[in-house]
Amino acid sequence: MNELTQTSARGLAQMIRDGEVSCEEVTQAHLDRIAEVDGDIHAFLFVDGERALASARRVDAKRAAGEPTHELAGVPVALKDAYVYQGTPTTCGSRMLENWYSPYDAAVVERLQGADMIILGKTNLDEFALGSSTETSAFGPTHNPWDLARVPGGSGGGSAAALAGFEAALAIGSDTGGSIRQPAALTGTVGVKPTYGGVSRWGLVATASSLDQPGPCARNALDAALLHQVMGGYDRRDSTSIKAPMPDVVGAARRQDVSGMKIGIVKQFGGEGFAPGVEQRFHEAIELLAQAGAEIEEVSCPSFDLALAAYYLIMPAEVSSNLARFDGMRYGLQAGDDGTRSADQVMRASRRAGFGDEAKRRIILGTYALSAGYYDAYYGSAQKVRTLIIEDFTKAFASVDVLLSPSTPTTAFKIGERVEDPMAMYKADLCTIPVNLAGNAAASFPAGLSPEDGLPVGVQVMAPALADDRLYQVGAVLEAVLEQRWGGPIWAPLTKEDQR
Amino acid sequence: MTYEELMDFDAVMAVYEPVVGLEVHVELNTASKMFCGCSTAFGAAPNSQTCPICLGLPGSLPVINATAVESAVRIGLALNCSIAERCRMARKNYFYPDMTKNFQTSQSDEPLCFNGSVVIELADGESFTIAIERAHMEEDTGKALHVGGATGRIQGAEYSLMDYNRSSVGLIEIVTKPIRGAGERAGEVARAYVTYLRDMIRALGVSDVRMEQGSLRCDVNLSLMPKGSTTLGTRTETKNVNSLRSIEKAVLHEICRQGAILTSGKTVKQETRHWHEDGTYTSPGRSKEHAEDYRYFPEPDLVPVVCPPSWVDELRATIPQAPSLRRAALQAAWGYSPLEMRDVVAAEALDLIEATVAAGCAPQSARKWWMSQLLRQANAREVSLDELPISPQAVAELQNLVDKGILNDNLARTVIEAVLAGEGMPGEIVQARQLGVVNDQATLDEAVAQAIEANPEIADKIRAGKVQAAGALVGAVMKDLGGKADAGVVRELILAKLA
Repeated sequence: MNELTQTSARGLAQMIRDGEVSCEEVTQAHLDRIAEVDGDIHAFLFVDGERALASARRVDAKRAAGEPTHELAGVPVALKDAYVYQGTPTTCGSRMLENWYSPYDAAVVERLQGADMIILGKTNLDEFALGSSTETSAFGPTHNPWDLARVPGGSGGGSAAALAGFEAALAIGSDTGGSIRQPAALTGTVGVKPTYGGVSRWGLVATASSLDQPGPCARNALDAALLHQVMGGYDRRDSTSIKAPMPDVVGAARRQDVSGMKIGIVKQFGGEGFAPGVEQRFHEAIELLAQAGAEIEEVSCPSFDLALAAYYLIMPAEVSSNLARFDGMRYGLQAGDDGTRSADQVMRASRRAGFGDEAKRRIILGTYALSAGYYDAYYGSAQKVRTLIIEDFTKAFASVDVLLSPSTPTTAFKIGERVEDPMAMYKADLCTIPVNLAGNAAASFPAGLSPEDGLPVGVQVMAPALADDRLYQVGAVLEAVLEQRWGGPIWAPLTKEDQR
Repeated sequence: MTYEELMDFDAVMAVYEPVVGLEVHVELNTASKMFCGCSTAFGAAPNSQTCPICLGLPGSLPVINATAVESAVRIGLALNCSIAERCRMARKNYFYPDMTKNFQTSQSDEPLCFNGSVVIELADGESFTIAIERAHMEEDTGKALHVGGATGRIQGAEYSLMDYNRSSVGLIEIVTKPIRGAGERAGEVARAYVTYLRDMIRALGVSDVRMEQGSLRCDVNLSLMPKGSTTLGTRTETKNVNSLRSIEKAVLHEICRQGAILTSGKTVKQETRHWHEDGTYTSPGRSKEHAEDYRYFPEPDLVPVVCPPSWVDELRATIPQAPSLRRAALQAAWGYSPLEMRDVVAAEALDLIEATVAAGCAPQSARKWWMSQLLRQANAREVSLDELPISPQAVAELQNLVDKGILNDNLARTVIEAVLAGEGMPGEIVQARQLGVVNDQATLDEAVAQAIEANPEIADKIRAGKVQAAGALVGAVMKDLGGKADAGVVRELILAKLA
């Protein structure tokens, strides 16, 4: 263990800039850490150390030549394996794409490279980001660095675990129903789902197009804001990309001020189904924010009760269509082509062999929801609920600046515990889903450890669309007061021996 | 080929009323595709005009082509349609290897253009109104080449090759409301309507509308209902109807086929049928009894298409005149009689003559070539005039050679045959075959002298004043020179010698 891996992204960039350490050394430290712990954590599906070191040496050369470098230049970052990145496989955690190499780069990758950041490799995820635990990955689950017997959440469990395990300073996630925020909560890290359209989806393999949003993952609010600034902004290749100035997320994170801010507590998220330890830390967070000068009021968003049901119609409907292209005809897994079968038969065999159970479950669900005769009752009704949820948010944000809720109802659950019970698994995203349906911004910040089980609890901040800066305003304050209270950042144990 | 019983056309017409519906796909000639920047040029090497978007690679996203939207709106306006101020694209989901995403980005319940109508003219000048249901935007699919097997179709093929150059090229699908009341002229009406569309869209300049290249494709829906009935019968959809001539034939064929089925007390199967250009018959494709469920839903990767009324009004001002007005203008400019013009329109020679005139040919000469020798050739080959392997430029060049006295009419006809045989342009053929009229005075003089010497009695007659006898000597000279002389010049020479 090298203390470089425990340094913040901002700190590493500063040290590199000041010549205290080379980018190559920083990168090597993280590669060493990956070699040391990833056999247990399995955050990464693919690591290309040589390429990362070559990039690092280029950054060092650039700095030595006195060329200007970006604010996060030289910081190692982990990329969720749902983004295409030339020269590495893009598997999406699926057998279907096990050996597929993309001929083009995602917009996010271009931004990272443009900022002189070092991509270490690709992180594990639930298959096609369909899951809340990384257990549906075809390549085995990721383990939570807090307790290797537990899940790190999902779908972006690999990115969150890489941060919690000090294998990367920053990570990229994608959030369809909570895939950035729920893993952040379960690993004691920060995860942000920007406003829909705030970050380009070009090159993010689609799960549910109207819900997916790339976002930053970090160990603290300011690091997340710095990464957010690198990732965000208009991209003409994504038609849903917003042509508007980026909110000043970095300024908000630095400001650390919530005095006079109106914070609404969502009445619907609490009580039955919520672990007492989660509720306790959540209420403490409210208390701390009130002490920091925020005005707290309770807000009712009755349609949020319908969000999970609506989500599990809209999301699978889009999934069923987005995953249709994986048919073994042009790329990816092809099964059953023995020269006697028709194209149609080979497509069926390839999809049967290539997709896991959860992907199949959602394809079937979505196909059904869109079918003639059921469309109005299912997909149509769900879209109406979506409108109601948008209205609830609009009403709420007329009286408060941000909304607050626990990020997830419980702390990290045991690997295998919910695999046979899809409903229990789906409920992990209860609090995070409304924001995806409405398209506004939200983030999960650490709120301390649950007194019940000593595992991290996350608090979710929700802001109106294009007011992503408010997330960081609240998150940075919460982080500061919690560090005071806990005597420093609340980090996962550094070695296996230190785990409970 | 399946055996099909056909009923006599007049016998069907005595009992049934045909109802026709036409779905026309027009491939837009935008420089780039509907949702990506790839070229749309026809005939490039397979898969050379593709990118992550039109190949549907994971992570790629579509961006709509603004020019394609403009083209679609202009087509809609020319069809007198209402234009939606806001409409969404939709995904049409079905699995087929020619679709890279296994859904086609199209439009469902929110078409860009709707509720239009056009007035078409039949060959005898009778007009007929066609109501337009909708015109919507969608992307084309890739092209499959089925290798092995007898039919070139997927059934029985050993393997198939895919070319995605056409994948995601912009298409406009124009759908008529059911066309009733055409009776025995249903075939003519169908053909005249598609001809009208072709001419109108060509005038708009938004598509090449070449049926032989697939940039204009037509599906023919047809059903029969007993005369006097108001209930529509079961329809079939005939696909792959790839020429104007075939549209008419397909309608007539399907009327006779369905007539035979209904008269024998059986029921027509709702299905897709394939038109076979060669044998003029149709064969069943996939049955539509269990209509495929395309699970349409709004395309979430695209934002709604917005057409502000002010912009639509600007476009409205750019719509060229209707084909009937254009015809009147051309007739006046060319000085054709109404009868001549009617024949030209009926022969679908209007565009060809226009292009020939544009290439420098006098209008009457252009009409003469296209409407006589070339029309006879087209009829003999059972193709339309524009399918003949001769260009308007070639016809204009030919007339130019005649005007210069290099060719006489007989030689010109020989040259046309040579152009049609693929020997090149008229100028090249004249050179290669040394077909030019003999203008060399010494050669002409010698030939005339020989003819006079060989026919002393005729020469005497001419000397005696019987000028009309000169024809025989002209014929002898022409024979001697292999027809390569100007008969007028030869006659003058003979008369001068014998004066």
